[in-house]
Parts: sequence; structure tokens; C-alpha cells
Amino acid sequence: MRYAYYPGCSLERSAASYHVSAMAVAEKLGLVFHELEDWNCCGATEYFAINKLPAYALVARNLALVPDDFTELAAPCSACYVNLRKTNKHMGKYTDLAQQVNQALAAGGLSYQPGRLHVRHLLDIIVNDVGYQTIAECVVKPLTGLRVAPYYGCLIVRPENGFDDPEYPNSMDRLLRALGAEVVDYPLKAQCCGGHMTQISDKVAYELIRRLLHNAAEYHADVVACVCPMCQLNMDAYQGNVNRHFGTNYRIPILYFTQLMALAFGLDAKEEAGVGSEIVSSHSALAKIGVEVPKQEEKKKRPDKQALPMPTMPDEEGRR
Amino acid sequence: MTEKVGVYICHCGSNIAGKVDVEDVAKWAADLPNVEVSRDYKFMCSSLGQELVENDIREKGLTRVVVAACSPHMHERTFRGACARAGLNPYLFEMANIREHNSWIHEDTNAATAKAKALVSAAVHRVIHHQSLEPMRAKINPATLVVGGGVAGIQAALEIAEAGYHVYLVEREPSIGGHMAQLDKTFPTLDCSACILTPKMFDAGNHPNITLLSYSEVEELDGYVGNFTATIRKKARYVIEEKCTGCGICTEKCPKRVIDDVFEAGLGYRKAIYRPFPQAVPKYPVIDTQSCIYFERGKCKACQMFCPTGAVDFEQQDEMVTLEVGNVILATGYDLFDARKIPQYGYGRLANVFTSLEFERMVNSAGPTGGKLVLRDGITQPESVAIVHCVGSRDKNYHEYCSKICCMYSLKFAHLLHERLPGAEVYNFYIDMRTPGKGYEEFYHRLLKEGTHFVRGRVAEITDAARRPGEEGKLIIQAEDTIVGSQRRVPVDMVILSPAIQARHDAGEVAHRFGISCSHDNWYIEKHPKLDPVATMTDGIFIAGCAQGPKDIPDSVAQGAAAAARVLGLITQGEVELEPVRAIIDEERCSGCRICNNMCPYHAIDFVEDLGVSRVNPALCKGCGTCVAACPSGVITGAHFSNEQIMAEIEGILVSLNGRESVPAGDVVPV
Repeated sequence: MRYAYYPGCSLERSAASYHVSAMAVAEKLGLVFHELEDWNCCGATEYFAINKLPAYALVARNLALVPDDFTELAAPCSACYVNLRKTNKHMGKYTDLAQQVNQALAAGGLSYQPGRLHVRHLLDIIVNDVGYQTIAECVVKPLTGLRVAPYYGCLIVRPENGFDDPEYPNSMDRLLRALGAEVVDYPLKAQCCGGHMTQISDKVAYELIRRLLHNAAEYHADVVACVCPMCQLNMDAYQGNVNRHFGTNYRIPILYFTQLMALAFGLDAKEEAGVGSEIVSSHSALAKIGVEVPKQEEKKKRPDKQALPMPTMPDEEGRR
Repeated sequence: MTEKVGVYICHCGSNIAGKVDVEDVAKWAADLPNVEVSRDYKFMCSSLGQELVENDIREKGLTRVVVAACSPHMHERTFRGACARAGLNPYLFEMANIREHNSWIHEDTNAATAKAKALVSAAVHRVIHHQSLEPMRAKINPATLVVGGGVAGIQAALEIAEAGYHVYLVEREPSIGGHMAQLDKTFPTLDCSACILTPKMFDAGNHPNITLLSYSEVEELDGYVGNFTATIRKKARYVIEEKCTGCGICTEKCPKRVIDDVFEAGLGYRKAIYRPFPQAVPKYPVIDTQSCIYFERGKCKACQMFCPTGAVDFEQQDEMVTLEVGNVILATGYDLFDARKIPQYGYGRLANVFTSLEFERMVNSAGPTGGKLVLRDGITQPESVAIVHCVGSRDKNYHEYCSKICCMYSLKFAHLLHERLPGAEVYNFYIDMRTPGKGYEEFYHRLLKEGTHFVRGRVAEITDAARRPGEEGKLIIQAEDTIVGSQRRVPVDMVILSPAIQARHDAGEVAHRFGISCSHDNWYIEKHPKLDPVATMTDGIFIAGCAQGPKDIPDSVAQGAAAAARVLGLITQGEVELEPVRAIIDEERCSGCRICNNMCPYHAIDFVEDLGVSRVNPALCKGCGTCVAACPSGVITGAHFSNEQIMAEIEGILVSLNGRESVPAGDVVPV
């Protein structure tokens, strides 16, 4: 099975572990992902709110870059997936838009025929094209005893007519069960993580993140499994801020579903599953399934805004 | 001989005349070929209008009549009658529909008038080619088949049996009673459901004129009004009815306990050999082969060993019964919408979310908890309960229709909760409160006074994810209160969902078996939604109760009785006239290919082996025309719908468009 592959900006840096694990898992499952050449940002969630036409054109450029021999385009990030899917659909529905977008694309010698591609999320491809049966057959180190909260976020199954129930999806639940994990019924699985609200109104975002963490803790989840770099970043990188803001003490590692797949397939934890780069350490959680997580280098705590400056130790310079 | 055609244009008050220039149409039609007289009149269907036709036939010697008025569904019979009274064969009449097909749906007067002319012209051209036909007559077998032993079916069966005619009452489950037997109290009078139903069940089970075929299903129905042949599968009970006394020792001794998904709605248990409930009619138990240990492993037979009369027979086989009946009443009831299809409401996931039928069983003193209102743990009494309306009803994602009974039974639940759990907080989350019915609105007012909290707003989600103090360990209902205009989170101990009622899962199949049709929601379609609610388009097949659409007990009973009255009318007539609109095969030219045999939806075409030709059974044929179109040799003619008649009709329309110039034959594309 061959797919054109649009990784999206996050997978280059903050979500590198998603990319690494997805590629490792794909190889194991016989999926071939052909990364687009010279792809660009999808505009994330903001650009559509600012100026529609350039936003569509920005996304459409990526669609236009897909070589002719591909009909399916895979996107691992939920925001990229929604933008690509929306542009593909809207260009087909509104001929004026398609015309204007194609005019813009023509400047770069490109054009896109709306509806030519079928935009797919990575999770959709793994559960529907590969199937639970095949996945279960690849498992060599089942995640027995690991309690996983499947977190889908709000974008992947909405608007409806996607690949799963828009209110209460369960494809990842089944996938994780196929890996041998103990899946908790996570009631907030399709609620919002706050998105970019952390940049706009951090208190609102903290509350949204707190709900997700609180609920996962309530269900005694060892880890939360994600399908989107934004969700992962919010719950992982802002977990400390949430704890400080609410006086709580959550320590729930947030991993990508592909990382858990890679671990269950017996791939190398650091190199192939990309474990160890998360901010909230998965060390003790993964110890439950006998995975040795490379100890993270002790990172310097970022000082609070009110805190006084810390003197730099001499050997600090050369570290990073 | 040239025909003399009379044309009559109806004003229908302003229904037609308001949009169509009827006088102009009448004047225009007078010049059409063969037209002897052309008139317009205020109400053609009035007795004066009919007399106009009758007098013209007598005085002017009309040989054909065209009335342009409403749909033939409405008044074709009326005018055929007028023709017959004046001595003209009723099939020499044609009706043009210039109301439903014209004046009611068009805006522009000129265009509507032109269309009326076209339709009148079509009818005039067609009627010339009509032939005199004689209706066929068929005797009515006085026995009736009633399918479904819920309250509607029981009522229908009793009405007919009381009138002195025989009824076969077929029920799929081991006992009659239907959904009503599961209920505790009935709204708005709060009388005990079982107390008012069981006497009727007993009567139906013991009436000399009723043959009860429980645990049976109709597999096939052949024939036509007055003369149906039904093939019924009597499923093996593994209990010999003649020997069984209904003592219940077998059930007591049976070691296998399974969840009862049907009668107890999944809230209680039954044995592998069981009688659904103590007042079951008939009283004989059945063995469920799916769960019986003997059928699984070939060992056990505890019931047989303990049966004092030796009534258990593991060798029993399904039995096929053939019945001859004149009419059929379908009262096959409804299914409850599966609330698991709305996962955000948590049914099947969150323990203390119940469905309405589960709650009916719980509150019933003969139910699994003996009438105690408890949470799923079987011990804890809820201190707060939320009832959620419109689960799967009035929802584009599931069923767009209103299920009609849920508001009322939700109110009833609230009342029962106040009664059984004094001090408990009871919430009703509704979209609109729909309480039309005798004493229903009064019941709603009573509940307002009893202290139920009414929140107007569709529930978005039911979750156990606590967010605020006081929510821990509770089920939280998230809804927009559209009266206050804000979001609300209401923590409760127990949630009761009021799911939609929907057509039986196999309604489509059953409708096909009985030759009737279903709406897109799979409810059986009545002949006319207002004026003929219990008949169907298939003569001799009647419908009653929730199979036709959501309704409460009084409406179901009324429909059961109404269907019975319609059947009794036919039985008393003794004979029925059948439309002579039939297909005829020219046997000389039939190639015997048999294509038509399988095409016929009414199984009306037989193959005559020795002659090698197909032949239509005129009593079964409905004149649908499928075979006429399908015949590769073109040798099947539909009486009253011959090629000649249809071509003339088309020509009539084209003539009117071309300013009455006759259309050259070459321009008419042959069918």
C-alpha cells in the first residue's frame, strides 16, 4: 500500500518522535509513505481565520505537489488533516474558490483538480487499510497491564462523515486493545485540548488541559495516547504549568499511538519508538511493560517569570 | 362509429378555478375531436354535478365521459358510479387530474390553464380507445388472520371473534401481550397495565372463535382479497401443549439462567425453559435452544425428568400450518431504538444509565427488582434521577419523527419516582413538551405541581467525568437550558433515556411478504393517511397499531378495532368486486420464455406446461403492468392500459401543444 505523505511542520521538530515511530511502524506493516517534495505549512488553525483565500491556496499547494501516481494523501497531524480535507472538499464544492486558488497556484506552475485525492489520517490508514487483525499479528511485546487513555482530540473525527463516530470514536480503542493494552473508557476522548489557546488565553487553555489530565488520572491511566502533535504538546509541555496554576500534581506521560505500536512490535525504544523525548517522563509508566526508557538528561527548569535570574555555571555553555 | 364524448371541468370551489381558467378550458375542449358537450361546473362531485353527467348520457347519447377534477384516488369511483347509473359502462370514463397535478402546485395562471388543456386533451384522446370492462367478483372467506398479539392485534382478534367469525392470531413470542404486558402503569390514569391487559389476553386465549398460534411466524402469503393462503411456521416449543398443565416445575428445576433480553428488556434473568411472565397466554413454556444445556452438550434433561405429566419432548420439530383466510390484519408493533447508537449518552458504558423499558421493568412489582428503584448495583437507591427525552427521536442523525409517546411516559416515570422515592430530585430534559390527548396536558400540570424539575434543552452529553465539586461519583448531564439561556451541568445518580420507538427490524421483509409497502422509516403505509388509516393499497391486508407509526395504547386499540370493523364489513358483504384492470397474454404469440413469471410481484403468472405458454391468473393480477413492459415479444396487454390507449394519451398532450394541429404519426416515438 503506497501513500503520498505530508508530515507537517510539527513532525520536523517538536513531534519528531511521532514521525520516527510512524515510519518504523509503517515499515513493519508494509506501508510505503512517499514524502512530498518541497511541502509547506498548512496554515494550522489560525490562517483560515485571518485570510481565507491565501489560506486555501497555501494548503492547495501541498495537494498540487502530490505526484500523479498517488490518489491517497496521508497526514499524521489532525490539524493538517482537517485543512487538507477541507480544502479538497471546498474546492470541489465552490467552483469560484477552485478557480481562484488554481490561479494562485499557476504562479508557481501548479494546479489541482479538486477531489482527485483522498485525504487520510494516519490512524484511519492503520486501522482501516491494515486492519486490527494484521496489527495484532505483528505484536511481539504486548502492552499487557499498561492502562492507556485513548485521546482523539476534537479535529480528527469532525466534522462528521469521517472515518469514526464524531461524538464517541473508538477506532484507537480497538487498535490499542489489539496491542494488548488495557484501554480505559476515557469520557473526554473527543474533547478539545485548547489548541493554540495557550498563546492567546493561557488560563482557558490550562483549564481545558486540566480536565483531560484530571479525567485520565481519575481512570488511573498510565499513559495518554495521542493522534495529534498539538494535543501532545499541550498536555505534555503544559502539564507543569497546569500543575503550578491549579496546585495539582499530575505526572501522566503523553505518547503518540504509533510509539505504543512500535513498542508492542518490539522495536527499539529510543531509536525507532522515539521514546524519551517527551517532557513528562514515561520512565515509570513504561517500566510496567518492561521497556527501559533512556534516562533523560536533567533539564534545567525554566524559571518562573517572577523568579530572579540564576547565575550560569561555566560548564552549562557546552551542553546544548 | 364515432364516439360522443362529454367533457366536464370542475372548479372545485376555488381549488382549481383559483388558478385555472376553467371556462376557457371548457370552451377550448368543446372543439376537440369527438367532443359532443363540454361544460364547467362548481362541484362535479356534488349530486347535482353527477346528475349533469347522467342527464347528458341519457339525453345526448354520450358514449364516453371525461371529468377533469381532482385525483382519481378521490373521485374516480364517484363518476364511474354516475356513468353506471345512466347505463354507460363505468370503464368508458376517464379522469384528468387538474388539481393535485396542476392547480395546487403551479403559480402561473396561464401556464396552469395550458397544462389543464393538455391533460383534458390527453383524456379525450385516450377515452376514445377505452373498452367496456366487467369487474370480477370473488367470494370472501370469513376467516381472518391477525399477525401480532400485542394490544392492537388482541383487540382486532376479539372484535372479529365476538362478531361470530373465526380468527387465527399469530404471535412470534411464546406469549401474547406485546409491549403493553411489560409496562407497569399506563398514562395518564395510572391504571395498572397488566390488570387491564390480562383479561383481554385471557379472552383471546380462550375464545372459541380464536385459534391462537403463539411462538409462530407467517412464512408466506399467497392469494388475493377474500382468498388468501398463509403458510405458518409453528416453532417447536419442545413442550407438548396437550400434556402441559403450566405448573412451572420445569422452569424451577432448569439449571441454566440467562439474561432475558425480550420481556425483561435485559434487566432480568430467565431460565432456558421459560414462560415470559406469570400471566402468559398460553401458559405453556418453551425451551430456548440457544441456551439450553441439553441442546448445547447433549446432557441435562432436568426439565423432562421433573415434569409430572411427561410433557417435555426434545424430539419435537417445527410444524408448518397452512391456513385459508379472507383477510389479514398486520399488527406487528415496534422496536425500541438502540440507545447505544448515541455513545455520548453512555448507555451500555455508564452503569446507571437505563432505558425506558428497563425502568418499566424495574418499577414493575413483578419485575426483576420487585418494584424497588435501585441503581445497577441492585442496592443503592438513587437520590436524584434525570429523564432524557427524544433519544433518537426528532434527531436528523437517527429518526426525524417524534415518537409521540415519550413525553407522556417520561412524565409518568417522574410521577412514579416521586411516589416511590419521596425527596428524590427528578429532572426532565425535554425539547418541547408534547402532551396532546385526553387528560394528558392535565397530567403534565400535575407533575409541575409535584416538583419535577423541567429543563428545556437537548442533552449534549452524559458523562462521569467530574469537573466541579459535587460531581464526583455522579453522572453529569450537560445540556443547554434554552429558557435560561445557559449551559447547565446537573449531577444525578441515575439517568433514564427515553429512546425513540422505531419500526420492527424486519418490517421491510414482512411488508414484502404481505405485498404492502413501507415508508422510508419502515412504517407500513396506509391507503390514505387521513381517510383510510387502517387499509393498505393491497386489498384485504389491513394494518393496526405501532406497525403503522408511533402511537399510544388508546390509539392502538382504536386502530385494532377499526381494522376489525373493515374486515367485518368485507365478510358481511360476502363477495368483493375486483378491478378488471388486468394483464392478458396472447397465448397464440407467447414464446414461453417465462420472463414474466418471475417479474410479477404478485405471483399471478403461471406457466402452463403442456401448452408451453404463460397465463395470468386474473384474480391475483393487480394490473401493475410490469409484465407488459417486460415481455420481449410484446404479447401482453394491460386491460385499460393498452399501448393504443397510452399512445393516444400522449398524442393528446402533443396535440394541445401544437395548437391542435394533428401531430404526424412519424413524430410520435413508439414505446
